[in-house]
Amino acid sequence: MEFAFTDEQQMIAETARAFFAENATSARTRAAMEHDGIDVVLWRDFCVELGFSGIAIPESAGGAGLGLVELAILAEAAGAHVAALPMLGSLMLAAQAIAAGGSAAQRTAWLSGLLSGETIAAFVEDAMLEVRDGKLTGGSGFVAHGAQAELFVVTDGSGAWLVRRDAESVFVTPQMTMDQTRPLAEVRFDGASTEALAAPAEGLAAANRAALVGLAAEALGGAQASLERTADYARERVQFGRPIGSFQAYKHRLADMMVEIEQARSAVYWAACAVDEGSEEAPLALHAAKSFAADTAFRCAADMIQLHGGIGFTWEHDAHLFFKRARSIQTLLGKGDWHREKIATMILGEAA
Amino acid sequence: MKLGFSQADEHFRQECADWLNGQMAGEFRDIKGITKLTGSPERRKEWEKQLAAHRWSCIGWPEQWGGRNATLAEQVIFAEEYARAGVPGRVNHIGIELAGPTILTFGTEEQKQRFLPGIAAGETIFCQGFSEPNAGSDLAGVRTKGRLEDGEWVVNGQKIWTSLAHISDWIFVVTRTEEGSQGPRGLTFLMMPIDQPGIEIRGIRQINGDAEFNETFFTDARCPADSYIGGVGEGWKIAMGLLAFERGVSTLGQQMGFRNELDEIVAAAKANGAANDPLIRQRIARAEIGLRLMRYGALRMLSNTDHSRMDGAALTYKIQWATWRRDLGELGMDVLGQAGEVTAHRDYEWDTLPNLFLFSRADTIYGGTNQIQRNLIAERGLGLPREPRWTA
Repeated sequence: MEFAFTDEQQMIAETARAFFAENATSARTRAAMEHDGIDVVLWRDFCVELGFSGIAIPESAGGAGLGLVELAILAEAAGAHVAALPMLGSLMLAAQAIAAGGSAAQRTAWLSGLLSGETIAAFVEDAMLEVRDGKLTGGSGFVAHGAQAELFVVTDGSGAWLVRRDAESVFVTPQMTMDQTRPLAEVRFDGASTEALAAPAEGLAAANRAALVGLAAEALGGAQASLERTADYARERVQFGRPIGSFQAYKHRLADMMVEIEQARSAVYWAACAVDEGSEEAPLALHAAKSFAADTAFRCAADMIQLHGGIGFTWEHDAHLFFKRARSIQTLLGKGDWHREKIATMILGEAA
Repeated sequence: MKLGFSQADEHFRQECADWLNGQMAGEFRDIKGITKLTGSPERRKEWEKQLAAHRWSCIGWPEQWGGRNATLAEQVIFAEEYARAGVPGRVNHIGIELAGPTILTFGTEEQKQRFLPGIAAGETIFCQGFSEPNAGSDLAGVRTKGRLEDGEWVVNGQKIWTSLAHISDWIFVVTRTEEGSQGPRGLTFLMMPIDQPGIEIRGIRQINGDAEFNETFFTDARCPADSYIGGVGEGWKIAMGLLAFERGVSTLGQQMGFRNELDEIVAAAKANGAANDPLIRQRIARAEIGLRLMRYGALRMLSNTDHSRMDGAALTYKIQWATWRRDLGELGMDVLGQAGEVTAHRDYEWDTLPNLFLFSRADTIYGGTNQIQRNLIAERGLGLPREPRWTA
C-alpha cells in the first residue's frame, strides 16, 4: 500500500508550502485585492522561478509531464494562503484544454505564454452560446479573472473555441466580487471571431478533471489553514483565566473540523490518483472530492470566524478571505447538490 | 502515491477469496451471512477451529505460533475478503487481535507456550475485562481488587460490557493490586480462567433485544501467581499497549460489512420508490462518499510506515466511521418508513436495517465515545490543553 506521497511529491509539497508561506503574505494578497486580484510577481515567480505552471502538462507540450496529484499539491499550498493567482482559468482550465484538445498550431500559439505566466486565460461557459459562420455570440457574467485575460476558452458544454481579448466584438466588464482574490467579470461576445479547439471533447474533459481536483485541493488547503490558525488562537487567547482552547465546547468544534479535513484530504488525493491511474472510479471521485472539500472549506472558514469572536468579523483579520474563497469554490464548477445528484444517479439511476 | 495493491497481493486476495467462498458454499454454509455476534455460537467455535486447521486463524502472527507472518497488506486483504464472502465475525476476535498480540509483545516464553497455541487453534476463546460500572471512559478508575494469597491471585469486584464472556474460556482483567493506589498506578493485568466458582456472568440486554455484552462478577476468583502479563503494577502500560493493537487492520474488513449495509439500503430504496426522493438521493450520495473516504482514509493510515507518529487519518478514524454508521442507521429507517417499525420475527428480533439503526447507537460509545475521541483529536492532533486526568 502506497497511498502516501513519494519522496519527490513530498519535496514538491515542501517547496510549494515554503514558497507560499514566504511570499503569499496577507499584505501582498490584500494589495492584489485592491488592484485586479492577481499578485503579478507571485504569479511570475510561481510560473518561471519555480517552473510549477506546467506541472500537469505533458512534456511534449512543454510541461513537466507529472499528474494531478502534483497539481493538487500545488493548489493545496496556494489555497492555504488564499493566494491571488489566476491558476484556475489559466492553468487548470485553459492550459489543460489546449494541451489535451488543441491542434499542434494551437498548442504552439498559446501554451508557452500560458506557462510563462505572460498570457492569462479565462474560461467562459455559456450553454446558450450561438455559433454562426465561425462567429460567437453569448457570454457569461461570472468569468473568473475575466478582466485580466488575454485569451478566452469558450464552451457551450460540447464545443470549445478560443477567442482573443483584443478581437472585435468582445466586451469585458469587471464585476465587484465578494471574493476579491478571484474577481469575476462579465464577458460578452457579439459575433466575435474565433477558432474552434481541434478536439473539444478531449480538451474539455481534461480541463474538467484538472479544475475539479485543483479547486478541491485549494479548498483543502484553505480548510487546513483555517483550522491551524484557529488552533493557534485557541492556545494563545485567554478568557476566564484560561486559554480558550481548554474549554471542551471550543476543543470539540476544532476536533470536528479536523475530522472533516482528514476526509477531504482523502477525497482530494483519491480523485487525483484515480485520474492519474485512469481508474474507473475517477468520475465518482471527482464529484466526491469537489463537493466534499468545498463544503469542508466553507465549514472550517465559518468556524474560524465564530471561534475568533469579534476579531474574526473584522476586515483586518484574514478569516474573511478564507470564508469568501470557500463560498466561491462551493459554487464554481457545479454546486455540491449537483455533484451529489450525479453520484446518486450512478448508484440509483435517474429519478422517476 | 498509488491507490491499489501490488500484483502479488492481488494473487493472495484470490487465494483468500477462493478458500473463504468455498467454505461458505460448503461445510459452513449454515453460518454464512450471520450478522449478530451472538448467533450460532457453537458452530462459530467450530469455524474458529476450521480457520486454524487451514492456518487462516491468525495470519499476522509469526509462523512459529501458527500464523503466516503476513504483511500488513495481506492482513488487510484477508479481512476484506473475509467480510466480502459473508463470513460472520470472529467469536475469538479478542483472543486473536488483542490477547495474542499482547502476550507476543509482553509475555514470557512460558506464557507464550501456555496460551498462544490454544488461541491460534481456536480452542481458547478470550474476552476482555477492562470497563467497570465506575470506570468507563475513565478506564484508570478501576476498583476490582487483586491480592496475592497462598501463591494465588484472589480477585474481587465487577467488570462490565464484557463482550461474549458467556461463551469465552479466559478473561484478561485489569485489577488494582496495590492497596490505596489511584489512577493508572498499582494496576496489574491478569489472565484468568472463566470456568470457576468465583466468576459469575450475567447478560445485559441491549436496545435491539440482543445480549452480546455481560456483567462479570468476581468473588474470590482465583488464578496462579504467575498469571500477570508484564510486571505486577504495570497493568496500565499493558492495557494501553493492547488498545494500540485494536485499530488498523480489521478496519478495511469492517468496511466491507458497511458496504453490504449501504447496498441493502440502496436496494430497499429502489424497491419502495424512496430512490426517487431528491433528499434521500442526496443522503445516499453522501453515504457513498463517506464510505469511499473511509476506505482511502484507512489506506492512508496503513500506508503510513512511520507508526511512531499518529497521523491525522488514524486519529480521526474512529469518530468518522462510528458517526457515518450511525447516520446510515437513520437513513435506513427513513428509506424503509413504517415498514422499519415492525418485525415479522418473534422475540423482538430485527432484520438488518432496523437492527443497524438500533445497534449503531453503540458505535459512537464503545471503544472511546465520540466525546472522548474529540478530546484526543484536540489534544494529540491539535496540541490544545489537556482535560483533567490522573497523574501517572
